[in-house]
Amino acid sequence: MGDIGLLMDGFANALQPIYLVYALIGVTLGTAVGVLPGIGPAMTVALLLPLTLTLEPTAAFIMFAGIYYGGMYGGSTTSILLNTPGESASIVTALEGNRMAKAGRGAAALATAAVGSFVAGTIATMLLTLVAPTVARLAVQLSPADFVALMVVAFLTVAAMLGTSPSRGLASLGLGLFLGLVGTDSLTAQQRFTFGIPALADGIEVVVVAVGVFAVGETLFVAARLRRGPVPVIPVSGSWMTREDFRRSWPAWLRGTAIGFPVGTIPAGGADVSTFLSYSAERKLSKRKSEFGKGAIEGVAGPEAANNAAAAGVLVPLLTLGIPTSATAAVILAAFNSYGIRPGPLLFENEPELIWALIASLYIGNVMLLVLNLPLVGLWVRLLQIPRPYLYAGILTFAALGSYAVGASTTDLVLLGLLGLLGWAMRVFGYPIAPAVIGLILGPIAEEQFRRAMQISQGDPTALVTSPFAAITYSVLIGLFALSWWLRRRQSRLAAEVLGDDDVVPATEALPAGEVVDREGSGEPQPTGVLPVALLDPPAGTTPDDERGDRR
Amino acid sequence: MTVVVGYTPRPQGRAALRVGIAEARARGEDLYVLNVSSGASLSDPTYATEEQWAEVVEELRASGVEHRAERHVDGRGGAEEVTRAAAEHDATLVVIGIRHRTATGKMLFGSDAQRILLDVDCPVLAVKA
Repeated sequence: MGDIGLLMDGFANALQPIYLVYALIGVTLGTAVGVLPGIGPAMTVALLLPLTLTLEPTAAFIMFAGIYYGGMYGGSTTSILLNTPGESASIVTALEGNRMAKAGRGAAALATAAVGSFVAGTIATMLLTLVAPTVARLAVQLSPADFVALMVVAFLTVAAMLGTSPSRGLASLGLGLFLGLVGTDSLTAQQRFTFGIPALADGIEVVVVAVGVFAVGETLFVAARLRRGPVPVIPVSGSWMTREDFRRSWPAWLRGTAIGFPVGTIPAGGADVSTFLSYSAERKLSKRKSEFGKGAIEGVAGPEAANNAAAAGVLVPLLTLGIPTSATAAVILAAFNSYGIRPGPLLFENEPELIWALIASLYIGNVMLLVLNLPLVGLWVRLLQIPRPYLYAGILTFAALGSYAVGASTTDLVLLGLLGLLGWAMRVFGYPIAPAVIGLILGPIAEEQFRRAMQISQGDPTALVTSPFAAITYSVLIGLFALSWWLRRRQSRLAAEVLGDDDVVPATEALPAGEVVDREGSGEPQPTGVLPVALLDPPAGTTPDDERGDRR
Repeated sequence: MTVVVGYTPRPQGRAALRVGIAEARARGEDLYVLNVSSGASLSDPTYATEEQWAEVVEELRASGVEHRAERHVDGRGGAEEVTRAAAEHDATLVVIGIRHRTATGKMLFGSDAQRILLDVDCPVLAVKA
């Protein structure tokens, strides 16, 4: 098979020392941001966008993929040892993982999370290797009308699925599409929405928008809301994995992978949904139901496998169709765009070296993450001692530096500040950010394809739906909506049931931050799950006794 | 008249507590033990956990010295709070634990010990672990 040969070429590429270094930087950074609550992979990739523009694309994407995978690994550490998910895809891990740590089995919980992530990540990458080129081959002969259909799929699914409500998602998408219109029209050279400002004639730099809304906006939001006193760190104790632990873990890993990968490929909100599904599956299938809620190892193994498998699944539609199904994927799409590479069916033909090196680096990154995570747990936990103001100041400085570097223009800095405020406001009012970024990136492409399709059909709009591919796409879209809607309903039901919190809303983007949840249902509230939800409507903050509460 | 102890759940903090108890007993004064976190980071090893704080309370009770112990989170941080407590309780002595710090560490994060030594109006007793 030619794909295997290409993959081997990819390995030959990715194993070059310089790419190994970038992969290492990526997974290290990824783990760090995964560990730190309030900072996710989407923000990190956005921050690095401007700084990596001088790198060759392969190096940059290897790094970004490392960050994405690393975030999934890192989140589990904080979940298990502090009962505070570092990342929204690790909320479920805290349920059983923290109980295990409290019972003196923290080491086993960390081990099953890391090994499970590795197993799932590797299997899912293999699936990606098999599935992606096939999808790309099928999708390679698309007419402009078909592209329009794909874009419609991307717009609607992302807008409808990545937020708290479809209408907010659509509003956010509309905003992005509008920002995408600013600049000079490529066909008629008309200036649109530039207000006569020369700097706007080239359009708004996507990188600045991504950094503004994802990094600046998010930081402002988290800095304003995330105020939690110190949480005790449970020391790592117990043996790593006993034979019994392993025997109980591996079926959960495989089930988690089987759930995570497909969920990642459909626009259902990324990895978070898959963790909830996996947890409920494990609880249903377990012979030791009574152990759930008290530290069942399956409850850590399954969801941790699922979130990593989902991360690989997300790459299938991203690489083959150019459709992002999670916030991080949206930013990676922005990265492809700023390199002038159009992700989509042609990617495998036009950039085989980049793609296969990227896929090969995923295998390598998984091995690195396994090696980095387990032995260095103590180091990762110490990251949590960094005072938050330093972190936020660092991020904002980095963001400003990066945006200035893109065009060396102060207009970009003003724009960055405005977009940061916009991002902050969107977060405060519960508007998802990813649809705006996707609208901005895909909007101009969609417009061009649409106008081309209309020129070919000489103005006949039915051409948009009559090609078989477009017709199938629109029908699949309807199917996807039904499936995603069902998944999300399940997730919110499970979340409500599992977390014992009635107004739990499905986790939206990979944007965690924290509040206090009363997990016992009664008794004294303890600082526990960090739910993005809880942030939207923060309950009264509670920290250990003796606190005078003048922080909040 | 009070002896104020700035406590941290570290060897030097425990040493400060021991010395503080002895001083309060020798002077026949009250003891005020304080453990503060600025709450700026998610995990703060200088903030006592439930168990560690229970030990402190137990040690104080066993000592028989008239005492008050307080543990809280305050955005102004440990140094400020100890200084404030010293003024408020009319302290005759403040006891703190000190440790080695690197120049870089001090530059980045500042030194609570130094600020207490310079800011508190009464004598400060610095104890090593």
